[in-house]
Amino acid sequence: MAEERITDIGPPHYEQFLPPVIKANYGKWKYHEIPQPGVLKHVGESGDELYTVRCGAGRLLTTDYVREVCDIADKFCDGYVRWTSRNNIEFLTNKKENVEPLIAAIKAQGWPVGGTGHAVTSIVHTQGWIHCHTPAIDASGIVKSVMDDLFEYFGHHTLPAQVRISLACCLNMCGAVHCSDIAILGIHRTAPKIFHDKLRHLCEIPTTIASCPTGAIRPHPDKSIKSVVVNEERCMYCGNCYTMCPAMPLFDPDKGGVALLIGGKVSNAKHPPMFSRLGVPYLPNNPPRWPEVVQAIRKILTTYAENAKKWERLGEWVQRIGWNRFFEMCEIPFTFQHIDDYKWAYDTYNTSMHFKF
Amino acid sequence: MSDTPMLDQLETGPWPSFVKDLKRKAAQKPQVKDLLGQLERSYRDKITHWKHGGIVGVLGYGSGIIGRYSDLPDEFPGLEHFHTMRINHPSGWFYTTEALRMLCDIWDQYGSGVLNMHGSTGDIIFLGTTTDNLEPCFQALAHKGFDIGGSGSAMRSPSCCCGPARCEWSCYDTMEACYDITQEFQFELHRPGFPYKFKFKFSGCPNDCVAAVARADCSVIGVWKDDIRIDQAAVKAYAGGELKPKGGGAHVDKLDIQKDVVDLCPTQCMSWDGSTLKINDRECNHCMHCINLMPQALRPGTEKGATILLGSHAPILEGAQMSWVIVPFMEMEKPFDELKELGANIMEWWTENGKNRERVGELILRLGMREFCKAVGLDPVPQSIKWPRCNPFFFWHAEDFEAEAEGKTYIKL
Ligand code: HEM
Ligand code: HEM
Ligand code: SF4
Ligand code: SF4
Ligand code: SF4
Ligand code: SF4
Repeated sequence: MAEERITDIGPPHYEQFLPPVIKANYGKWKYHEIPQPGVLKHVGESGDELYTVRCGAGRLLTTDYVREVCDIADKFCDGYVRWTSRNNIEFLTNKKENVEPLIAAIKAQGWPVGGTGHAVTSIVHTQGWIHCHTPAIDASGIVKSVMDDLFEYFGHHTLPAQVRISLACCLNMCGAVHCSDIAILGIHRTAPKIFHDKLRHLCEIPTTIASCPTGAIRPHPDKSIKSVVVNEERCMYCGNCYTMCPAMPLFDPDKGGVALLIGGKVSNAKHPPMFSRLGVPYLPNNPPRWPEVVQAIRKILTTYAENAKKWERLGEWVQRIGWNRFFEMCEIPFTFQHIDDYKWAYDTYNTSMHFKF
Repeated sequence: MSDTPMLDQLETGPWPSFVKDLKRKAAQKPQVKDLLGQLERSYRDKITHWKHGGIVGVLGYGSGIIGRYSDLPDEFPGLEHFHTMRINHPSGWFYTTEALRMLCDIWDQYGSGVLNMHGSTGDIIFLGTTTDNLEPCFQALAHKGFDIGGSGSAMRSPSCCCGPARCEWSCYDTMEACYDITQEFQFELHRPGFPYKFKFKFSGCPNDCVAAVARADCSVIGVWKDDIRIDQAAVKAYAGGELKPKGGGAHVDKLDIQKDVVDLCPTQCMSWDGSTLKINDRECNHCMHCINLMPQALRPGTEKGATILLGSHAPILEGAQMSWVIVPFMEMEKPFDELKELGANIMEWWTENGKNRERVGELILRLGMREFCKAVGLDPVPQSIKWPRCNPFFFWHAEDFEAEAEGKTYIKL
């Protein structure tokens, strides 16, 4: 390349990507409405109006797909479009008359309109088998299966509050699922296998030992074997050693699977932000449609929808009724895995008579 | 019979199908055909077929590219190397189609044409290119104004909610803060020199639409100090049912101001006599509940800024943490000097004291808040705790005795 090499310019300034109506009303919006599911109307102090049509999408796309998004944005939105923090696509226009044809064009592509208000919106998710070296499960395939099943909740405001579902394919949680109403988490359940002959070439032994949060890794007792051993009883399958040392994979096609964590949120509305808690310790890893996972999520979501009070987030509902009632109503067997035995476990024990039979 | 019988089953159903999309791309790009082939193998074998790691990058940067190699290169030669590039996104993920088409052209030329819009940190993620293409792709992007993001033990691309661009609740300019902080810390983004990753996320109000409290080492969440602005006529319109709760986004059509708003206020600081809504704003804890329900009647006040929280991360290594309050209120005006200075102090202290792969929140738990606050120059504030300790094991330092000797008392006499 003959041109001068450029580095450290940072991202382009956002202002060049803002529609004129946003520039004109920047910081001066007065209120918003949701005239129908998937459509937001923002009104500025100036009286200007901005319409947003929210369209569901997966996170994994191709350039062909993005070009189709551009075609629609060119036709109805003067070439302006954005993505949300939950991988939805938002088409922005100040022309009210464009809204209906815009929705029709999106639907003609086979894409869903919704994800606003008291709905299930797109599932934040990670890479899975399409691109990562540590997943216990796939990401895009489970998300597709769950959203196919919950489709009615994407385009309608029928739930007591908004429901955020997230997926991470291993405990690294690139998807940050630990504060979601429903979190789908890929878990390993077996200790790493150690390839002693490879380990000494690929890994630094002290770093590998230091990587284990539970101290389960020790130097190999036979000094002539430059490797390590794992005390399997102390291993919690976090995969941190594998991240540091490729000779310690912990995949098991049959034993790996899915855990569901529930009841988390990040918004401060009413209750402070909450962590998701273990709902279902294990469901089988069953491609291509993961029916057990899909069914368990539907059961939790519909039980919540039928029983929660107005405005109650899933976690607020569970806190009100109590976890034992939650397990009973959702027909989830309570197991030893539900009782915390990691650090700070004591914080989760019940010290009161406030329980039900 | 088809090469991908299991994936084919994901082509049906109402939600957009990534398999359909990838198959179309596979017709143009042999490596995407291999990608589908390998994914099908994973669906059958129930394990990943990506090999662990491998360091690749572009000249002068240690960040932004993740090495990726197939463990079945003979079967899927297009995936022999198939690296990830993280491209730093514009604030708020706004684009013109011109910019998007340009990004697509570059990615079709140098890569697989497969991407994420966006990664969970916020970057545009380009999935799948060869080692040879990394540098030319990076330079093609740079000449069009796009740079790559962070990875490894470096700062990550900061991200923000759309804030003032499209939300009446934003208490500061999240978009500009995100841009400005990203520019300020370019070196830290591109050249790993930290114990581990460091993230900034900017939300304009306590609804926290980018989940800053859960996902950013430094979470900057907008807040107001004065009174919630009330339009009493609009409150009446909600009470009468002319205006719909949550702007129409709820499952009910009519608001019961007493039951739905006043009774659910967590601080019980509101009252309603059937015609006037009163808020005792000194007792309001800024939860946003009432504002969320009546967006046309209520708005945050006008004395605005942000709360700075520190320390969140996902479970690895020691278990998940959420960020906690370290500065209850900071004015957030351009050029954001106070935040930049605090951020730089935090990173310096953490880099000096942190162990390898220890996030700043974990380090504070190990060394104590007092140590941290002193190092970065923060006073203790009650907003940073839920409640004081219940154990009697508190420490006294020489400086506490010196303060006493100077006449400092613990109760105002
Ligand atoms: C003016 C009104 C609002 C605007 C413009 C707004 C904007 C957004 C946007 C653009 C997103 C990403 C949405 C998506 O991907 O579907 C989002 C997510 C979110 N919003 Fe809002 N929002 C508003 C009101 C609210 C309200 C009323 C709440 C809570 C009661 C809320 C809490 C959240 C949460 C928790 C997320 C998801 C963050 C996550 O879990 O990743 N927002 N919001
Ligand atoms: C090679 C395997 C990995 C792949 C393919 C991968 C992929 C990704 C991607 C694409 C993102 C979004 C980045 C962005 O938007 O800028 C991300 C974020 C993240 N990754 Fe990974 N990652 C991998 C390994 C790891 C490891 C080893 C850890 C932790 C030990 C980890 C933890 C995270 C976390 C916590 C986030 C951010 C979540 C958030 O900000 O909400 N990932 N990862
Ligand atoms: S969550 Fe785990 S498996 Fe999934 S992309 Fe992140 S590191 Fe990879
Ligand atoms: S998987 Fe985690 S707990 Fe188990 S040995 Fe490895 S680092 Fe230790
Ligand atoms: S965090 Fe607050 S200001 Fe930002 S988009 Fe969400 S509701 Fe609006
Ligand atoms: S914001 Fe929350 S605490 Fe404040 S008045 Fe409204 S409901 Fe009450």
